This record gives sequence, structure tokens and C-alpha cells, in this order.
Amino acid sequence: MNIHEFQAKQILGRFGAPVPKGKPASTPDEAAEAFEALGQPRAVVKAQIHAGGRGKAGGVKLLSSAQEARDFAAKLLGKTLVTHQTGPQGRVVRRVYVEEASEVARELYLGMLVDRKAGLVSVIASTEGGMDIEEVAARTPEKIITEPLDPLLGVSPFLGRKIAFALGLKDRQVNQFAALLASIYKAFLETDASLVEINPLVVTKDGRVLCLDAKMSFDDNGLFRHPDVRELRDPNEEDPDETEAAKYDLSYVHLDGNIGCMVNGAGLAMATMDIVKVYGAEPANFLDVGGGANTEKVAAAFRILLSDQRVKGVLINIFGGIMRCDVLAQGVVEAARQVNLKVPLVVRMEGTNVEQGKKILAESGIKVIPASDMADAARRITQAIKA
Amino acid sequence: MSILVNKNTRVLTQGITGATGQLHTRACKEYGTQMVGGVVPGKGGTDFEGIPIFNTVEEARTATGANATVIYVPPPFAADAIVEAAAAGVELIICITEGVPVLDMVKAKAYLAGTSSRLIGPNCPGIITPGECKIGIMPGYIHKPGDIGVVSRSGTLTYEAVYQLTQLGLGQSTCIGIGGDPIVGTSHIDALKLFNEDPQTRAVIMIGEIGGTAEEEAAQYIKQNFKKPVVAFIAGQTAPKGRRMGHAGAIISGGSGTAADKIAALRAAGISVAMSPAELGITMKQLLEGKTARQ
Repeated sequence: MNIHEFQAKQILGRFGAPVPKGKPASTPDEAAEAFEALGQPRAVVKAQIHAGGRGKAGGVKLLSSAQEARDFAAKLLGKTLVTHQTGPQGRVVRRVYVEEASEVARELYLGMLVDRKAGLVSVIASTEGGMDIEEVAARTPEKIITEPLDPLLGVSPFLGRKIAFALGLKDRQVNQFAALLASIYKAFLETDASLVEINPLVVTKDGRVLCLDAKMSFDDNGLFRHPDVRELRDPNEEDPDETEAAKYDLSYVHLDGNIGCMVNGAGLAMATMDIVKVYGAEPANFLDVGGGANTEKVAAAFRILLSDQRVKGVLINIFGGIMRCDVLAQGVVEAARQVNLKVPLVVRMEGTNVEQGKKILAESGIKVIPASDMADAARRITQAIKA
Repeated sequence: MSILVNKNTRVLTQGITGATGQLHTRACKEYGTQMVGGVVPGKGGTDFEGIPIFNTVEEARTATGANATVIYVPPPFAADAIVEAAAAGVELIICITEGVPVLDMVKAKAYLAGTSSRLIGPNCPGIITPGECKIGIMPGYIHKPGDIGVVSRSGTLTYEAVYQLTQLGLGQSTCIGIGGDPIVGTSHIDALKLFNEDPQTRAVIMIGEIGGTAEEEAAQYIKQNFKKPVVAFIAGQTAPKGRRMGHAGAIISGGSGTAADKIAALRAAGISVAMSPAELGITMKQLLEGKTARQ
């Protein structure tokens, strides 16, 4: 799960990391009030969407009066912002963040994430701040500093200093950085984050280290212990079908094809998309109904699939382990009755209780095209939508 | 022979009285696995269908001589269950639980590094040596004893591969689902090392997925050290880009992780890559027949 910049800054600030003062605003008047409240000659107004590249796309501006803040907010709010991370459809700006301006001397990069390879949380830092860090890594890998953190020690002061010196920080900035890093690690652990990115981390002209931007993502598996973080979910930033699917604990990703796929297991779901393509058609979605699906969940999955108007045929591929084929079949029958199924349906089932499952489908009176294996299923559904 | 589990493996179930624990303990016992005990705090002294239940893993291990344990406890308690099993000295720990917080696994994995226990999973189907020992949630009937090793990140896609092998008359030595989470106890390479040393395993099917660099590392290992034929498949060839977590994730993975990158690395290591998931079994069969013809 992702959150907005201002929310990430609120969390990091709570754990002691230095962040600029600021206030979110959802209307031009609120933006003007926020400017006044900061009580400084200048402030920055920043569009709040779950994507980077806002500056280049015109979503960030330095302003010198409450009126300017009001006008810029009026221009941004409700507007679709297209950045290199949003895709061509862009994201609608529903909130801006009004923040005190900072005099920047240097821009650095600081990240913290779960490092799959090391099996640990790692710190990533670079002197090349404010840029696309992937590009920095590809072009000048020697400018990327990576330090895995021992779970027992966390951020040792020496490690904080080591990274600070590598970033070219000096004097009191070194200890400031070490303390900032420790605060970020504390926030990371205590919110079950999966990623914190400060890009840029800046050194101000008066010599302070400051988080000028902030991005946080969280481990969905850890959200159960952080109801306050879960509250920060912004449904406007998510695909409505994906949000609906998440309510039923289904993993769903919207794609561009016309074959609706329902599969159990992420690997088999991806493989099913792959084989649909091998037979010349395009999948409309990725949908993993998971292991412990009950009839209700299967029925919900089926409804979500068919709510996509582009779906011209449905392919169900289930290999039952935890998932029982009879439960799957029961869910499909119920859902097919509820939604008055009009498109061809191919079902391939194997695994636990497969015979009962096949029997339920055969006796249901619903028109189901049975398939003997994955290839057969892909072949049948591509033929059926052409017929 | 086989790897990690066989007919002498004695297995505990942690979380034996939950719905999933009950269902699969019963199925594993029916398959012929020696299910020797269960662990549920507070229910020690009772039993589940004749299998004695203990309050702690330590007690259960002492009383039953178990050398493996399978974990079905809910996600908030799963990492603690792993650590408890390792603290009690259980050699093989299989965690089926899906949804374990990744930071819990960071701690558990660091703890395991200082013990002699091996973890498989979490978020995995388990491990099976066909005809001898099934630990986990895979449907037993699709397997057949034989000499092909199977290792995979995905549960149901492993069943798919096994089913295709069995249909073609190719049995399996051992099949391991290593789990799909970012942090797992046993990697592709760990499993390959074991298959390399197992005289019964003649060839291996390795199934990967997009994301991370585990498959590229496995390809490197196979090229340098692996003595047996390998067939691979990478799921997600058609998955769209751009659903990644954030920039920093790709830096550590060296900017790779796409199916095309992985397939190229596997091919460069001399591995036969099946392009369709329906061709895993037949690719292996052809590879083995080709080998036989040449020899």
C-alpha cells in the first residue's frame, strides 16, 4: 500500500526525522490559509498524487503570497497530472501540500527497503539526489551506496556516520544524518514499511539535513497491526475493480485484453495469462483467488471479472490444493446464475475433489466448455470468442 | 533416495486444531506420512484423531522424536512458530502460512542462520517425496515416485508441472515449493545443491517468476556447478511492466527481473526453457530422450 507525500512526512516527522513544516489543502482557500499559517515570505505548493515526477509535470511551484498559493491550487485541483510514473492516463489531483520553502545547497538520495537477496532491510544512498535513481544505478553504479542492516543492531551510529561520510557530509551534518537514519529505521520497523524513499534528502544553505520529499510503501501483510496506517489508504489512487477485489481478499490486476481469467495461485495465474497469449488472445486481467477461497469469494471474483465490458470470454483454471474443486464449482454456478452469464466459459479443473467439482458443473445446467488441460483450455476459449 | 524427506521422516503439525491444520494433517497421514504429534499452546495432553497434542514444540520433539514440523498457524503468529521450532532443534521446518509480515521474516531468518534448522517457505505448498512422505497442502494423487526433482516458487504451478510429468510416465524424486514471499528460508540454489548431491535425481524442473534475481543467480550456479539436465519455465512473460513497488527495488536487483532477462540468463547457462506452461513435461521428456540417444 502507498500513501501521499504529506502523510509520509507526518509519519517520519513523528519518529523524529527532520521534515519541513506544511499543511495539506483540498480547496484553493485552504491552500491560501495554509500559506498564511506558515507565516513565511515563500512556500511551495505540491500536487499530492501517488506518483513521482510531479515537478517536471508542473505539479510543484514556489510561491510568494497567499493569493498565488490560492491561484496555483485552483489550477491544480481537479486537474489530471501526467508524469513519467502515472502512465498516459495520469492521475487527478485532489489535494495539494503547502510547505515552507527551503534554501537547498545539496541534493542527496536516501532509501530504505526490504532487500530480497540479503533477506534484510537495506539502506541505499547516493550523492545523486533529485534524479531518477534507477538511471543513476544503471549509468553510474559506483555512486550507489548499499548497506544491509543487522536486525539485532539496526542502524548503529558508526554505520550512520560511515554513510554520511560517503555522502560527503561534514561537521554537525554527520551526526544529524546518523540520527535521521535511525529515525527512519524506527519508522520503518514500527509501521511495517516495505519502502521509504527520500529523494531528495537535502543539505540546506544554513547546513541542516532535511527530508525535502518522502515516499512510503507498506507491507500489506503487516497492515493488520497498523489500523492508523490503513486509514491512509486513498481509494482514488487505486483501480476501483482492484479495490473491490481487495475487499474479498482477491488479488486482481486490470489488463487490456478480452479473456477474463480466474486462477488459483499467482504463478499459475501468470502462466495462464502467458498461455492465453501463446494461443493468440490477450488476457483481460490477472486474478488469483488464493488458496482458501470459499463459495462467496469465488462468486465475487466471477462478478468482478464480468463487470469488465471488454471481457468476451472467461477462462477458469484451477489446480486444487487447499482450494477444493467442488467449492470452486459451487461458486461458479452461483455467480453464473446471479450475473446471467452471456459469454463463453471454459473451465479447466484438476486437484482436490476434482470429480465432485466436475459433477456440480455438469449438473448445473450452466453452459460450460470443459477443458482437459491448460493448452486445451486456452485453445477452446480463443476459438469460442471467435465463433 | 530423495532430498530432505523420506519414509523415516517424523512430522509435527503446529496449529493442528485449526481448520487447515486438521484437513491437511489428515490428508498427509492418509498419504502415509508419519504424523507423530501436534502443537497447540493450552491443548497439551489432548489428541487429534489419535495424534498426541503438546503445549510446546520442545515437549513434542522430546516425546515423539520428530525431525520435521509443518506450520499452519495464522500469519501474526507464524514467525514465532518458526523460531520456536528452530529453538527446539527441529531440523526441517515447513511454513505453509500465507501473509506473514515480511519484517517478521527478517528477524526469523536472522535467528535461523545461527541454528542448524532449515526452513522451507513461508507461503509455500510444502515438500513431497512421492510414495514416502508428503508434508503440506499439495494433492498427493498427482505425484508418482521417480527421478525428476521439481523446485518452484509457485504452489499451483508446481502441481501443474508434476501433473504433466506424471501423465508422461515421469515420476519425481522430491518436489519442493520454496514459496513466493520476498524472504524465504530455502532458495532455488539451496534446493539445486541438494538435488545435485542426490543420486536418485536424474534431472530437475525449475519454475520461476518475474521479479527479483533468484532465477538469474540459479542460472549462474547451474552453469558452474550443476551436473544434471534442467528444464525451466518463467511465469509472467506477458505481465505488464510498471506494477513495481518503487524505484529503489530495481536498484538492488540490478535493474533486471523481467521474464526476458531471466529466460536469456537461463538459456545462456544451457538450460532448456519451456515457453508455454503446458510444455513443461514434454520438454523434460524430449530432453531426457535426446540425452539417451546421444549417449
